[in-house]
Amino acid sequence: MGADESAGPAIVVRGLRKSYGHVEAVSGIDLRVPRGEIFAILGPNGAGKTTTLEILEGHLERSGGEVSVLGFDPGRPGRSLRERIGVVLQSASVDPYLTVQETVDLFRAYYPDPLPRETILELVGLSEQQRKLVRRLSGGQQRRLDVAVGLAGNPDLLFLDEPTTGFDPSARRDAWEMIRGLRSLGKTVVLTTHYMEEAEYLADRVAILVSGRIVAEGSVEELVGQGARTTIRFRVEGASPPKHLAAEPAGEEGAYMITTLDATGAVHGLTGWALEAGVELHGLTVAAPSLEDLFLDLAGSPERDGVA
Amino acid sequence: MRAVPLLLRQVRYENRSFWRNPPAAFFTIVFPLMFLVIFNLVFSDRTVEVPGGEAGISTFYVPGIIALSVIGACYTNVAMGLSFSRDQGLLKRVRATPLPTWALLGGKIAHAVVIGILLVAVVSAAGTALYDVAFPTRTLPAFALTLVIGSATFSALGLAVTSAIPNADAAPAIVNASILPLLFISDVFIPLDDAPAWLTAFSDLFPVRHFSLALQASFNPFEQGTGFEAQRLAVMAAWMVVSILIAIRFFRWESRR
Repeated sequence: MGADESAGPAIVVRGLRKSYGHVEAVSGIDLRVPRGEIFAILGPNGAGKTTTLEILEGHLERSGGEVSVLGFDPGRPGRSLRERIGVVLQSASVDPYLTVQETVDLFRAYYPDPLPRETILELVGLSEQQRKLVRRLSGGQQRRLDVAVGLAGNPDLLFLDEPTTGFDPSARRDAWEMIRGLRSLGKTVVLTTHYMEEAEYLADRVAILVSGRIVAEGSVEELVGQGARTTIRFRVEGASPPKHLAAEPAGEEGAYMITTLDATGAVHGLTGWALEAGVELHGLTVAAPSLEDLFLDLAGSPERDGVA
Repeated sequence: MRAVPLLLRQVRYENRSFWRNPPAAFFTIVFPLMFLVIFNLVFSDRTVEVPGGEAGISTFYVPGIIALSVIGACYTNVAMGLSFSRDQGLLKRVRATPLPTWALLGGKIAHAVVIGILLVAVVSAAGTALYDVAFPTRTLPAFALTLVIGSATFSALGLAVTSAIPNADAAPAIVNASILPLLFISDVFIPLDDAPAWLTAFSDLFPVRHFSLALQASFNPFEQGTGFEAQRLAVMAAWMVVSILIAIRFFRWESRR
């Protein structure tokens, strides 16, 4: 039955809307996630990330729009869809009084074609803890177990809702390696995050969600390439850069900053002027645009508005 | 049929999880025994009127505490357990798997019933050993049927009330407030032989008194018949059906804050 759909994209969403009373949490979004891709939905808290994910998972009913997940409608989630997706919710959701091994086996038994227990535990790095009670695991280990349980049924598609929120930097690194490892298994992964580095490091493509709308979508390179600006900083003594360079004073005496979409042109203009005028450019830095800059632009962060 | 092994696996899992918390398991079992002992001490001189004559107070309290055990295991524990599992995201998580809903909830209820039966056995044994209250033999079929309908009814009520419980913090207050007053006016904690008629009429609207009196019929030494209390069982069954309909319509998989 699913054979025809197995060639199509993992997820297609058109005009998805979700409202709670008069409040619209998701206001008409379109998504298309090909199979085998790691796709990140990035956005500030309250942007509608979890709402969107839970509609795709079949937890929430949508108010409008069309949604297809692996060729099925998650608004009427049947067994065949649930057998093929894995879900990692935002907070831990397994019985604290079972061992790691028992938990994984319990969930494996729900699926017709589960992954071997050893494979799962190795993937998430819990082989050493398999006889431990869930309640005795550290926070990071419990989160890995959530992922293990999400993988139990050998899903084609895995949903991860903020998989590393609350992790310390090294645990986050480990989790990233683990998620990257899933790609080599050919899984499609859809994750939400409010960490820029996470989306940048993991995702093939990113959708930026702000106030229930997608404000930008594409690969990280595309996104930072189109919208965001390169920042050039330098200090000069006893001179001020000419108007056409559009350099703004940046804090201390003699420090300037240029933000530009045309990095090559701006650097050329700046160094040309400095050579000609015999001015030394102290502490010259050229910072490539990051997803964070783009994100802050789009999300309209108050700090950013304050500076500009 | 795949349904039976599926349900058995869920019950085994619930059971394992239950015994992994020994203090909780211990007090679940000791709780009804404490009531049995306390009430028998406090009212040791009293006798109680039962159909056909007058009997010692233990004849009242053994079936009364059996009712309390089943209600505690099925109503209270199902409602509390589901509220806590729901708060932890466990229900929502399992709902995303192919496990059918009936197996998830059925496993929890079946395990509650198993614990209820264990408590009934413990209380009956204590009744025989400590208070010389004979375990029903001639009325055994009626006793068993009453227990079956009782545990089904109070489990269904537990499911239904969980729909009205917003989150685990609110669970103990709602569950206790809904059941404790009824236990006092339903021939469970106190014999109602001196109570005004309007009070017994009122408590007969609810299933608790029908359950305890049906159990008392099984333990009544003057009982000449089979001890079946068809009318009482029918009222309980009606409550069960309504509860199931409420649960189907209003049950929630996530807690509300």
